Amino acid sequence: MTLRATTSQTVGPFFSIGLERLTCAELAGPGVAGERVTIEGRVLDADGVGIPDAVIELWQANSQGKYAHAEDPQDKPVEAGFQGFGRIPTDEDGKFRFTTIKPGAVPGPDGKLQAPHIAVSVFMRGLLRRVVTRIYFPDEPENGDDFALRLVDAGRGGTLIARKVPGVDGLLKWDVIMQGPGETVFFDC
Amino acid sequence: MNYPPGYRRAVAGTQPDYLHSTYKSSLKRAPSQPLVYLPHTLSEITGPVFAPETVNVKACDLTRQHSGEPLGERIIVSGRVLDEDGKPVRKTLVEVWQANAAGRYRHKVDQHQAPLDPNFSGHGYAMTDGEGRYRFITVRPGEYPWGNHHNAWRPAHVHFSVFGPAFATRLVTQMYFPGDPLLPFDPIYNCTADETARQRLISAFDWESTIPGHALGYKFDIILNGREATPMEE
Repeated sequence: MTLRATTSQTVGPFFSIGLERLTCAELAGPGVAGERVTIEGRVLDADGVGIPDAVIELWQANSQGKYAHAEDPQDKPVEAGFQGFGRIPTDEDGKFRFTTIKPGAVPGPDGKLQAPHIAVSVFMRGLLRRVVTRIYFPDEPENGDDFALRLVDAGRGGTLIARKVPGVDGLLKWDVIMQGPGETVFFDC
Repeated sequence: MNYPPGYRRAVAGTQPDYLHSTYKSSLKRAPSQPLVYLPHTLSEITGPVFAPETVNVKACDLTRQHSGEPLGERIIVSGRVLDEDGKPVRKTLVEVWQANAAGRYRHKVDQHQAPLDPNFSGHGYAMTDGEGRYRFITVRPGEYPWGNHHNAWRPAHVHFSVFGPAFATRLVTQMYFPGDPLLPFDPIYNCTADETARQRLISAFDWESTIPGHALGYKFDIILNGREATPMEE
């Protein structure tokens, strides 16, 4: 028997009614190991206008590069207080902000490690199915050899790498540009 | 290190394109660049797992979240979450939200001139059981107007959010009702090219889940991407 996956539909403008309960912008509880990082940015439309009715979901490994999931075969510990899931709605200006720990490198194809990254889904009114992207970290030597970054045209890979904020430790900026100049790279996932 | 196989991709035409010109909100929000094909890695074949909570009757009975009963026609919405091979997706989180019987959402952005119902919030959640089953008790949501085009009305619908076993299986969709006369005119329902795929968004009236003297039953199965047969590294 082969069924077909159900068709996606937009979350619409009123998703907070159903999705608010699991809002989580602090991914790492107290005592979770790893380098704390705050990432903030905006979700922008083709005119550069902030999108106030979007929601971002995050999925990441812990600082050891271990996912809190039964199918992660690595012999590494999961941590109490760290699930790796985040859900953050945008505000009226399209802004979002979350705090987490920087994930460790995780296994990729061909026995190589992937550079540290956070898997991202973005949902919004007007978007009939989610977009999938990734957040990578600046100044990461492994970025140059990361298999997913190497799939991306050279001129666009920067949209996947968060930017440092001069003079502010632990804060990174990362925007989601839905369409037009500087459009974020989205993956077929 | 080897890791388990990835998930199958959508069959052409069975998922919406981002840009759907009759759905105005998509015009400035749809990506214009082609998607970059991402082979599934450990990051995509894992995903958030939510602990099964102690049974919370109020979470899956939207008619019992307040002191009184909501207005409208009480209904049972139930079904199974399955993968494309028909295997149940067990212990996965299903979230729902909807308008009240008058077609009004409890949300500050909804300015439709229809009454709020003090006894209806319009949200619920459930974990699927060992057979992939879920069940909600709610009221039939009302149709409501929206600003997409002249005299635009959304057909009655319930929003569904389902996680499944992996980041790759995440799905948000809408469930419709059989025989709704607004379906042919709704750009959101009609965003998908494949007619059969669209029709799978319509629930079926169901005698089995109908409770005599109490509530009609509607059945809505949700299918998530199936597993690739062979590990991606072979």
